[in-house]
Amino acid sequence: MSFSPLRAILRLSALGAIVAASGMLLWRHFDSGKPAPLPAAKPDPALASAVAKVNAAFLASWTKAALEPTPEADALTLARRLSLALTGAPPSLEEIRRLESLPDGADPVAAWLDHLFADRRSADYLAERFARAFVGVETGPFLVYRRRRLVNWLGDQIETNRPYGAVVRDLVSAEGLWTTKPETNFLTVTLEEGNGKKGPDEMKLAGRTARAFLGLSLDCMQCHDDFFGDRWKQADFHQLASFFAQAELNLTGIHDDPNKAYETRYLGEKASVKVAAVVPYGSDFFGKDGSRREQLARWITHPDNTPFARAAVNRTWAILFGKPLVDPVDNLPIDGPFPAGLEALAREFTASGHDLQRLIRLIAMSEPFRRESRSPDPDTPATMEQETAWAAFPLTPLRPEQVAGSVIQSTTLKALDSNTHFLQKLRRFGETQDFVKRYGDPGEEEFAGESGTIPQRLLLMNGKLVRERTEPNPVMNSSTRIARYSPSDETAVKAAFLASLTRYPAHAELAHFVSGLAGTKGEDRDRAFTDLCWTLINTTEFSWNR
Amino acid sequence: MNPFPLSDCGSSDHLASWSRRRLLTSSALAGLGWLTPLAQQLARGAEATGQRPKSVIVLWMEGGISQLESFDPHPGSAIAYGGKAIATAAKGISFGAGLPLTAELANEFSVLRSVTGKEGDHSRATYNVKTGYRPFPNLVHPSIGSIICHGLPESEREVLDLPSHISILPGGFPARGGYLGARFDAFQTGDPLQPIPDVRPLATGDRQQKRLDSLAVLEQSFAAGRLASLEGERTLHRTSVERAQRLMSSGQLAAFDVSGVPKAEREAYGDSAFGRGCLAAIRLIDAGVRCVEVTLRGWDTHLNNTEGQATQLALLDPALASLIRGLKARDLYEDTLLLVATEFGRTPKQNLTEGRDHWPHGFSILLGGGGLRGGLAVGETDPSGEKQEPGRPIRVEDVHATILRRLGIDTTEEITTPIGRPIKVSEGRVIQELA
Repeated sequence: MSFSPLRAILRLSALGAIVAASGMLLWRHFDSGKPAPLPAAKPDPALASAVAKVNAAFLASWTKAALEPTPEADALTLARRLSLALTGAPPSLEEIRRLESLPDGADPVAAWLDHLFADRRSADYLAERFARAFVGVETGPFLVYRRRRLVNWLGDQIETNRPYGAVVRDLVSAEGLWTTKPETNFLTVTLEEGNGKKGPDEMKLAGRTARAFLGLSLDCMQCHDDFFGDRWKQADFHQLASFFAQAELNLTGIHDDPNKAYETRYLGEKASVKVAAVVPYGSDFFGKDGSRREQLARWITHPDNTPFARAAVNRTWAILFGKPLVDPVDNLPIDGPFPAGLEALAREFTASGHDLQRLIRLIAMSEPFRRESRSPDPDTPATMEQETAWAAFPLTPLRPEQVAGSVIQSTTLKALDSNTHFLQKLRRFGETQDFVKRYGDPGEEEFAGESGTIPQRLLLMNGKLVRERTEPNPVMNSSTRIARYSPSDETAVKAAFLASLTRYPAHAELAHFVSGLAGTKGEDRDRAFTDLCWTLINTTEFSWNR
Repeated sequence: MNPFPLSDCGSSDHLASWSRRRLLTSSALAGLGWLTPLAQQLARGAEATGQRPKSVIVLWMEGGISQLESFDPHPGSAIAYGGKAIATAAKGISFGAGLPLTAELANEFSVLRSVTGKEGDHSRATYNVKTGYRPFPNLVHPSIGSIICHGLPESEREVLDLPSHISILPGGFPARGGYLGARFDAFQTGDPLQPIPDVRPLATGDRQQKRLDSLAVLEQSFAAGRLASLEGERTLHRTSVERAQRLMSSGQLAAFDVSGVPKAEREAYGDSAFGRGCLAAIRLIDAGVRCVEVTLRGWDTHLNNTEGQATQLALLDPALASLIRGLKARDLYEDTLLLVATEFGRTPKQNLTEGRDHWPHGFSILLGGGGLRGGLAVGETDPSGEKQEPGRPIRVEDVHATILRRLGIDTTEEITTPIGRPIKVSEGRVIQELA
């Protein structure tokens, strides 16, 4: 076919129209528009009374230890903590403007929680955090384990605020296919290739159940009695495992065979013995109706089973603070002593019917969560004693996906939430995956609180994500738009601080960066602003929870 | 019924002599001052002997190399499925036909043909072979490279700008520091033909300096009113920025770059990322790096095993043979332990798609250099493929104990993990044949 200029022009025009339309669409999704004001939360006297009880426990412990709590953190700091904990990213600039429109006197924590709970991304993020405790991060067995389905299912439960106890009952007693009954993946993740066994691994399930739902580390008792005390015997572990031993896998999924017996050979014994299904404590609230797993599920979540409530409180606390009340998160003493606040929170959680959203509200509205992480007087800085007693908010490293989320969110004006365009979500997903792989994911050891490493620092100083997200790009990066369209240098610097660190710059900081921008134009200005964004991203403050 | 009623739960408790237990109080932060008995032991050893410290190269065959096509062939048997074997330089030892170059060097290393594990899943088995422990809840065990690097005296850290633990082409499960801390994780890098990731500054000259000056302003304001020990015991922010900058501007980075190596030498490793990784590994060890891991993926041949393994062996053979020759030529082989390992072997019997599945019951690992005896084949598997248990079984942890002892580490000494649990460096027994 010979060349036709007309055809070429028509083709180019069509291509141009597609590019222009895509650009418009992208712009629409990146443009912040005018944010709707954030309404104050409705008063909840019952919750306020519960918060008062929890606070009383902490205040008493601070008085006893003669510790002065740090001052209350400002609304921006509190919102940053909550957004990081519930969505894995700090608030967007647009969200910050909404927060600033909150009526005077309204509690920012309560209002911000309403805002976050209304967004599916909180359910998704919390689902991932809880899934780490329930099934870990392993890829698991091929075909019969679908982690993504389980996490989506958990997200659905959290979004509708289904009682946590009911969710756990479903996981423990699940029957059916791993695809249509996503909760069965709690069991199928333990299937092993190559050991000739057909069903889920009852020992892995016993260990996991004790740690994730009861906050008890019984794993060592698989092989021997407790060497650190007489509390746990090898039999406790295997009697717990026996509850799972009837679970089998066939073409229709996970089912129980009520005739199947569990046997083991105890340390020092020559022969295997049959092991009955017996709970390791609390037999007074154990009921024998239903299958063994149903019996166990009811027992675990029974209102009298305080370790269940304590474990949920400790993990939720850890997600909010970056550090559990009792460390490690899944090894709580069964008979105490317990740190201040734990028993009060566990009682409230049980009384609420295992209401997870209410537990989050309760913890976030309590005195410890509201504390500053610093002392107002540089000459008498915050101390380890204050941090340990939660009289100062603890400084903890952000998780890798929270750091990635922070880089991405800080360069996007609008919140990357459930309304975000598919293409942008896809980009964020890819960027986060790449970043986390290089940053290093501690997996289930998510509250280890380790210092930053050199590869992590290199990634933030020189990595692809930081380069792409800070380089001048008026369409993709909000920093460029802030630099170009802010009415003044001061406004531009403030906006960059808010987007990256969720705070306004201090006087000296503002002066330093405004002087760097003064008189710059065009590419020079873009470069100076890129430098500012790079600097903010590379601060301690950016990758630590404060 | 429980298939492994007394299986190793990862605890040292069963055989432990509790009177020796040292319940050291250690900082959960694993800050710079955290020195375990292991680190002290290694530091003392290095100071006392004054010898060049030993290093380790791990060639990791990700996916599960088939022992039957590589280091443990059974030619003429049904389970060989027509696979051929070739004689090697070591008397009485033959290898699969895909390893002619390596076969010539069979006296330089020994082959462990009866390694047994209990993990059949890739991630769990990789964990097992890389750490010498089975996965255990609550505790992540360190890999060999992390153990070595953890023991480095501070003086050595100061001389080396490069990370002392490096993973080239890291694959799905790069070596981790585990309870020793994330700072002992392997530094990950790709094909040596590509730039090293994240070491080239985004800004240079005055502009970079301006960025760092601004950073100092913000750091100062962040520290005000916060913990007095913020930097030293919590964030290590300034330290990591300084070390990162040192690395970014270090001449030692040239060790990664194989482009200047004479063409003939480079080509001997094969034209593959893995071959180049092996070449870079020698240069890095020569520069003072203590552990380099190079991964070759693609061994998981559930389908058409014969062809799949042959393809990978063609990549492994020139690289491995050249690596050994290269280490010897630089007089590094006596001080460098070479480990060619995989998470498990492959089933003696092929499946319906002519593939071989996972087989942790008797697979091959190659161990050489570092003064270990070469030219041996330890253990044997059943030529009929019927028996699971091999002759003279070697447990995964025995391989670890052998390596660590050779590095001068007393594996029986207990160290206290950050969760307060005492644990031995390795539960294994030294493979006496190699000592």
